[in-house]
Amino acid sequence: MSNFIELVKRDLALAFRQGMDSLMVVAFFVIAVVLFPFGVGPEVNTLAKIAAGTIWVAALLSSMLSLERLFQTDYDDGSLELLALAPVPMEVTVLAKVVAHWLTTGLPLIVTAPVLAVLMQLPEEGFGTLMMALLLGTPTLSLIGAVGAALVLGSRRGGVLLSLLILPLYIPILIFGVSAVDAAIFDQAVRPHLLILGALLVGSLAMTPWAAAAGLRQALE
Amino acid sequence: MTSLDKTQFRGENLMCVRGERTVFHALDFSLNAGGALVLIGPNGAGKSSLLRMMASLLRPAEGRMVWRANGGEDDVWDDVDLHGGRLHYVGHHDAVKPVLTAAENIGFWARLRGGGEDTILDALGVFDINHLYDVPGRFLSAGQKRRVNLARIIAAPAPLWLLDEPTTALDKATIKRLEDAIQRHRDAGGMVVLSTHADVNTPGAEILDLADFASKALLDEHVMV
Repeated sequence: MSNFIELVKRDLALAFRQGMDSLMVVAFFVIAVVLFPFGVGPEVNTLAKIAAGTIWVAALLSSMLSLERLFQTDYDDGSLELLALAPVPMEVTVLAKVVAHWLTTGLPLIVTAPVLAVLMQLPEEGFGTLMMALLLGTPTLSLIGAVGAALVLGSRRGGVLLSLLILPLYIPILIFGVSAVDAAIFDQAVRPHLLILGALLVGSLAMTPWAAAAGLRQALE
Repeated sequence: MTSLDKTQFRGENLMCVRGERTVFHALDFSLNAGGALVLIGPNGAGKSSLLRMMASLLRPAEGRMVWRANGGEDDVWDDVDLHGGRLHYVGHHDAVKPVLTAAENIGFWARLRGGGEDTILDALGVFDINHLYDVPGRFLSAGQKRRVNLARIIAAPAPLWLLDEPTTALDKATIKRLEDAIQRHRDAGGMVVLSTHADVNTPGAEILDLADFASKALLDEHVMV
């Protein structure tokens, strides 16, 4: 456990000192969402209708933006070999890196989301649910993304390949994330949608660290 | 030290295939506590591959590696995490993070293996880089990065050192310090495997020439071409 915290602390320190990653993810998130009113026009009803979907799609894309670097820098400078040899199971290392990734990219997205929801005229009944759904959904994005990031390690054009691998797997999270917010707006039961998001989180928590660790070992050979 | 004295690390009938090319085959090695093994051979003979194999980073196409200690034996590939904890590996990359100071770089790896703050200072002293304590990695020269990387393996003890070209970018004085560190490690019952083109003075070390294990079939092929 102390090793787990040590790994998370290291990744957080690295993220804060090289700075820009978190900021860029949030900036991309904001810009991507802001583009929509320009594209579909400032009509309040139209914006309100697409608000949840827009915010979720932008969140998916911006979360993916930073995934390529999740293992890449450690792979390039030899740290990944040493992490593999450290007396810590590779699965724990992966989980620690995912937690750090979520804290530096997922969490800032959740904090920014309400501001963008105001901009997109999201009805106020949907705010709480949007936050809740993002809270359950974004860790899953990081977890699934870790598998992709491990698999594309060492390949050229990893970023494009990564999005092709990962985006299809993000679809269930998108569907239930948006439908949860819609349910809240139309005064229907929100719980089932959130429960499914929770189930997706628990399921990927149980499976992805192993898959990603196997991918990393493969990349190191 | 009594438990360490019985420690033995050996490989049997190892074969390495990279791509579709057999790099070496039928390679045996054996290393006892306090022993050293120097890998020599031309470029591409498989020195780095063998070291990565010993580090359990690369799975041999054939053969097995066994670690014997305290009367028990275990196959390295049965538990790679366990084996990883027994060794320090210095590869071609120095794994020095540009935004962390030398002490933070070393401290992180040491803490993963249960080392403490005081061991960092000792380790820096061994390679005479105390003055780099709070210098960020991005300001270090290639030789200084290599010294930080070598200090890392001092900061937390492990019985087996695997050093791939450890003298790269090092000056003469530091090579001497490395030789002394290796000697102290061996005196304490540790084992060292190193590959080198330069001369590293390791008295009583066994020499393993990888060229002796180059695939015969491969040589024939070359003759035919």
